[in-house]
Amino acid sequence: MFAHPPLHLAVALDGTGWHPAAWREPGARPHDLFTAGYWADLVTEAERGLLDFVTFEDSLGPQSSHLTELDGRTDQVRGRLDAVLVASRVAPLTRHIGLVPTVVATHTEPFHISKAIATLDYVSTGRAGLRVQVTARQDEAAHFGRRTFPPLPAEDRDTPAGRELIADLFEEAADHIEVVRRLWDSWEDDAEIRDVATGRFIDRDKLHYIDFEGRHFSVKGPSITPRPPQGQPVVSALAHQSVPYQLVGRSADIGYVTPHDIDQARAVVAEIRAAQAAAGRAEEPLHVFGDLVVFLDDDHTAAQDRRTRLDDLAGYAYSSDAEVFTGTPAELADLLLEWREAGLSGFRLRPGAIGHDLEQITRGLVPELQRRGAFRHTYEADTLRGLLGLARPANRYAAATA
Amino acid sequence: MSEPTTGTPGTGTPATSKAATSKAATSKAASGKPLKQIHLAAHFPGVNNTTVWSDPRAGSQIEFSSFAHFARTAERAKFDFLFLAEGLRLREQGGRIYDLDVVGRPDTFTVLSALAAVTEHLGLTGTINSTFNEPYEVARQFAGLDHLSGGRAAWNVVTSWDAFTGENFRRGGFLPQDQRYSRAKEFLATATELFDSWHGDEIVADRESGIFLKDAQAGAFVHQGQHFDIAGQFNVPRSPQGRPVIFQAGDSDEGREFAASSADAIFSRHSTLEAGQEFYADVKGRLARHGRTHDQLLILPAATFVLGDTDAEAQELAHEVRRRQVSGQTAIKYLEHIWNRDLSAYDPDGPLPDIDPDPGENTIARGRASVRMFRDPIAVARQWRERAAAENLSIRELVMETTGRQSFIGSPATVAETINTFVQTDAADGFILVPHLTPGGLDDFADTVVPLLQERGVFRHDYTGTTLRDHLGLAHPDARPEPESRRAAS
Repeated sequence: MFAHPPLHLAVALDGTGWHPAAWREPGARPHDLFTAGYWADLVTEAERGLLDFVTFEDSLGPQSSHLTELDGRTDQVRGRLDAVLVASRVAPLTRHIGLVPTVVATHTEPFHISKAIATLDYVSTGRAGLRVQVTARQDEAAHFGRRTFPPLPAEDRDTPAGRELIADLFEEAADHIEVVRRLWDSWEDDAEIRDVATGRFIDRDKLHYIDFEGRHFSVKGPSITPRPPQGQPVVSALAHQSVPYQLVGRSADIGYVTPHDIDQARAVVAEIRAAQAAAGRAEEPLHVFGDLVVFLDDDHTAAQDRRTRLDDLAGYAYSSDAEVFTGTPAELADLLLEWREAGLSGFRLRPGAIGHDLEQITRGLVPELQRRGAFRHTYEADTLRGLLGLARPANRYAAATA
Repeated sequence: MSEPTTGTPGTGTPATSKAATSKAATSKAASGKPLKQIHLAAHFPGVNNTTVWSDPRAGSQIEFSSFAHFARTAERAKFDFLFLAEGLRLREQGGRIYDLDVVGRPDTFTVLSALAAVTEHLGLTGTINSTFNEPYEVARQFAGLDHLSGGRAAWNVVTSWDAFTGENFRRGGFLPQDQRYSRAKEFLATATELFDSWHGDEIVADRESGIFLKDAQAGAFVHQGQHFDIAGQFNVPRSPQGRPVIFQAGDSDEGREFAASSADAIFSRHSTLEAGQEFYADVKGRLARHGRTHDQLLILPAATFVLGDTDAEAQELAHEVRRRQVSGQTAIKYLEHIWNRDLSAYDPDGPLPDIDPDPGENTIARGRASVRMFRDPIAVARQWRERAAAENLSIRELVMETTGRQSFIGSPATVAETINTFVQTDAADGFILVPHLTPGGLDDFADTVVPLLQERGVFRHDYTGTTLRDHLGLAHPDARPEPESRRAAS
């Protein structure tokens, strides 16, 4: 019927929005950022717009406009709640939308993360994912006291030392994901037997040690949490360079990328597909989503004016790793449909000011895409995997013993 | 998973309800002493050997609907809080995963946060291990849970040291046993520094002036100690309770001292009225040395219960529950913890083994509480053999006798009176009830015992506050005074 499958749409939630002055907008709720009600309202709105999922940003230290150190600013939102807990808090209040918290692989235990995301999958009945992130921030490392990182200004990222550090962090993240995935599979789906006749609650032959040995950690397993409803919750990662593209190609179900035009999008998709093939999983579905910061209004000039007003409040012109789109929902729909020709299967939109732009997405962009036959009219599945067209994966250990 | 390490409130030998029953309620007028208000909480009966999973009414121990049912029942009954244990490695016996009890549980934080969405008042208490976590992360999660629940979070701080559990973590198992409490104490102290690193008024969020944070140093902390050398800025603003409520388990001298110095509530394992009173007096007596008052630490033992229409019916039911909890196989496996040998060739309906336990480190059962419960297994074995011979008990009967689990057995009236007696006579400030059925095991208690306690004027008819500290009668901690240097700078 259509030349393309419908687009997938996600929204990236962070504070009052991605523009640093967003909290000063009339519709912002900066005093509510640490309440459950605030997050419940946002996710409910995203679900009203039939979005595939929301992501929740996180970090193990205060936000900063610097990449590797604190900026000492007091005119921007600082402080945030644990993303897994926020996702879990809103899970019972929603029914269809996927919930994808950020998890920092650099300082966390994969055993804890595995059971936390498996549990998010239980409390949301199959709507959990995670977004894996690494950090080279020195101040965050000092919060744990186990390791130190050298300063890594942007100009040093392409030096041998910088490249080595980044490669090391991503290698650790890849191990982290591997452990988390193995732990999800460490229980076969039918391991719990409750066999009154033999007195056995489980069939222990269907529980598996994962015996992971890596440079940064070793994990024995099995998980203490049974295999989650989706089997494997959805793993995602943001990627800007070749090293993270490799991680996405090798380990993720969704990669978020930040092209600034369709040619870049094409090149990035090609690189990820090559990494995917090199990892021996060319046949597996792997979504590549384009990330965009969006300022949306019914009128192009109004959107432009709003962005300018925010820049004036911030004292500088906002820029981002991702392309910043300013315009109408219809113009954004044009761009998304154009870019999908590059092989992007969906988009993760970062609202410039959540109090305004989230509704522009759910009540402006979504109907526009629906009119063009490019977006769902109703949720067609109850699980995040279902919404993304990902099959429930077989258990690697069950396959090995079958 | 090993339960003391992971913080299931342990249940000891049964209190005989008859012996414990006295006339506390009626003696009130005589003594003129005002009635103490009872605190009640419920432990979700997940992984433990009290659960009767073979009962047709037993539901899932993992699906969220079970937790939601249980939490709603506890809240309907106006309980102070719900309690969740934690597990970090599956138990093993003889080198194989233990398969006779309930196995498998969800992540503590994640379930509690979801439960905050389906309850309004109920406190949410989670066991989190201080050995295989880092203070910054755990403090962040508890502060976050306190925000997301509107001030209902509590942390049961537990310790572990064993390499067996450590095999799932970066830290491994290298923590020497003698450091378990020192790390726990420093962990809690560090987390408290983080909780206190925001005063509560830093977020201004004034649109006009553009000031979001009045202090760029909000959350600043420095901690240098034996176990942690960390510094930086905590990124969660002060939570509704200031700090989550702190629970402590443990009956050792060190454990009691730790609780007296830093906990808001303590679990305990004693079960007779006298043992409870002795423990209560001992722990409360330690408070003054730490500059604390009698009402700043609550004693909340774990307790199981079996209810019947009559006391006799309850006793029958209790026996049936015991039989289901201790199958022949379970009895043999339990004996192996003490004997530290493979006893699978023995008949559970026959006499106890006449051989002695294998001394030394227990290698047959790993991750189990009972492994560490018996310091002198040879003496335990001798006592058990003597008792079995004297009373003509089989292995299974002996295990049923020695591992009795029902603290309160009787009609609702008997159980209400027994609980009230324990509280009014200072054997406890209340109880954490552990039903043996998931998730409906609390329903009868809520419907029959709670109204009787309410009639006696010893239990609330409704919540009078919104936070767990309110329910427990604990003060909200004052924020740390702002340091001079920062006041001058701002």
